[in-house]
Amino acid sequence: MSLSPTGALRQSGNLFAMALDVARTMPRRPFQVREFIQQAWFIASVTILPTALVSIPFGAVIALQIGSLTRQLGAQSFSGAASVLAVLREASPIVTALLIAGAGGTAICADLGARKIREEIDAMQVLGIDPIHRLVVPRVLASMVVAVLLNGLVSVVGVAGGYFFNVILQNGTPGAYLASFTTLAQLSDLWAAELKALVFGAIAAIVASYKGLTAKGGPKGVGDAVNQSVVITFMLLFVTNFVMTAVYFQIVPQRG
Amino acid sequence: MGVEICVEGLTKSFGHQVIWQDVSLTLPAGEVSVMLGPSGTGKSVFLKTLVGLLKPERGSIRIAGQDITKLREHDLYEVRKLFGVLFQDGALFGSMNLYDNIAFPLREHTRKSESEIRRIVLEKMDMVGLIGAEEKLPGEISGGMRKRAGLARALVLDPEIILFDEPDSGLDPVRVAYLNQLIVDLNAQIDATFLIVTHDIASARQVPDNIGLLFRRELVMFGPREKLLTSDEPVVRQFLNGRMQGPIGMAEEKDAALVEQELAQLGEGGGGGGGATGGRAQTPGSQEMTPRLLPGPGITRPPRWEAIAKREAALHGKAVTGA
Repeated sequence: MSLSPTGALRQSGNLFAMALDVARTMPRRPFQVREFIQQAWFIASVTILPTALVSIPFGAVIALQIGSLTRQLGAQSFSGAASVLAVLREASPIVTALLIAGAGGTAICADLGARKIREEIDAMQVLGIDPIHRLVVPRVLASMVVAVLLNGLVSVVGVAGGYFFNVILQNGTPGAYLASFTTLAQLSDLWAAELKALVFGAIAAIVASYKGLTAKGGPKGVGDAVNQSVVITFMLLFVTNFVMTAVYFQIVPQRG
Repeated sequence: MGVEICVEGLTKSFGHQVIWQDVSLTLPAGEVSVMLGPSGTGKSVFLKTLVGLLKPERGSIRIAGQDITKLREHDLYEVRKLFGVLFQDGALFGSMNLYDNIAFPLREHTRKSESEIRRIVLEKMDMVGLIGAEEKLPGEISGGMRKRAGLARALVLDPEIILFDEPDSGLDPVRVAYLNQLIVDLNAQIDATFLIVTHDIASARQVPDNIGLLFRRELVMFGPREKLLTSDEPVVRQFLNGRMQGPIGMAEEKDAALVEQELAQLGEGGGGGGGATGGRAQTPGSQEMTPRLLPGPGITRPPRWEAIAKREAALHGKAVTGA
């Protein structure tokens, strides 16, 4: 990997070009239903359990922080509202992003990278089949769908975990916690989070596919590609998250 | 009938490293050509450039009236349907069994029924001797079987051009002989244009109509088999005789003075340690014409092969006609 600025520019240019190719190829028939279902099932199976397990402590940490913060501020009645808000708006898209990139993206990248160095991708192109259409598009769509569903899962598990820690362990009042649920959070928060997850899913799959399809230099090249794909995806996801959050606050009026 | 491939002034480099430059040749339609060259001279790169997987810096490749170096990605996929390519390790899809691998191009590109696909796939598997291995995964079979399966997959769409990337690497001599026979039989049966990239001299002597030699970033020579086998060009003679004396060194090139000294020694008849590995024992410097491999007895020979068989019979007597 070269460290020259033109090298980095070329890489990002190629990545963006592939994202455009994916967008352009998406409506092309025949849609690869089988591949899509297989991939969706595969990504879901490698991400569901770790996501659920990560979101419980994540919800708990938020509950603990907010529980003590609201007590210090003397605003215990808002602890439920604040923790729902935190889980829904930030925690769940971030957890989703980490797991989609860390578990789903690496699997996609390793799979495509191994195929690339075994010349399977070349063979496919020579057989007149576009790997973007046949392999990448189904993976990107599968990753997007799974990310949206995972985001829902994280929200539920995170809120439940928050409730458990606040009410059972910090002796909060269940009634106040539940009653304040909707004082700050609103439905558009959920939609915004789902939209974020959708975009994160697409980014993770596109970066992973790009890195996999450009892997070279034998088995070590695949390892490097996976490593780089995780790093690049994380950076892109956090920047995207910031931008989307900023835009969201501008266009959706907040309660209270 | 196969398709002619016309390559002109082709140059390919990776960064500052020139792989080969100004390669011009014409692969005649329906004939078998072999591209020889020491390891690392970019033979596989040449092959990948021909199918448009790599873009050359300069030059043109004309196939069926289209310059494939200038085609857009979408049109390139159409032109590639003319090609069948056998990659070095077969390049089978690791997640599919042999049957699905070979059926893959048919399922993707045609609307044939599953029973028709089955008929074609089994026919091709029979051709390469893989009947009974349909359910095997590529990881479970030997390198030779993977190659043959890759060949069967390259054949299912009835290509006009078939490219072989080192079909004989990693195979034992007997399997190489069978594979060579298979290539010749196939050429007689389907009449496609063949290009074989290899560094196996024995095959290069027996199989092709034309031979080309890549060395020192250039196409040293390309022409009919007879021309190269009887050539006086030092590089060609060294390579075709598989000996150490000559311009090709361990690390690609040798010092010019050393080459002259070695060749002078060889001229005196003292070329001990030459290590001939030709099809048959070659005395250093001999330019004997190896008999050509002909289609097997069960294959009906098209006129082109009839003519070749007649010529071979005249050259080597009756003994070779049945080979």
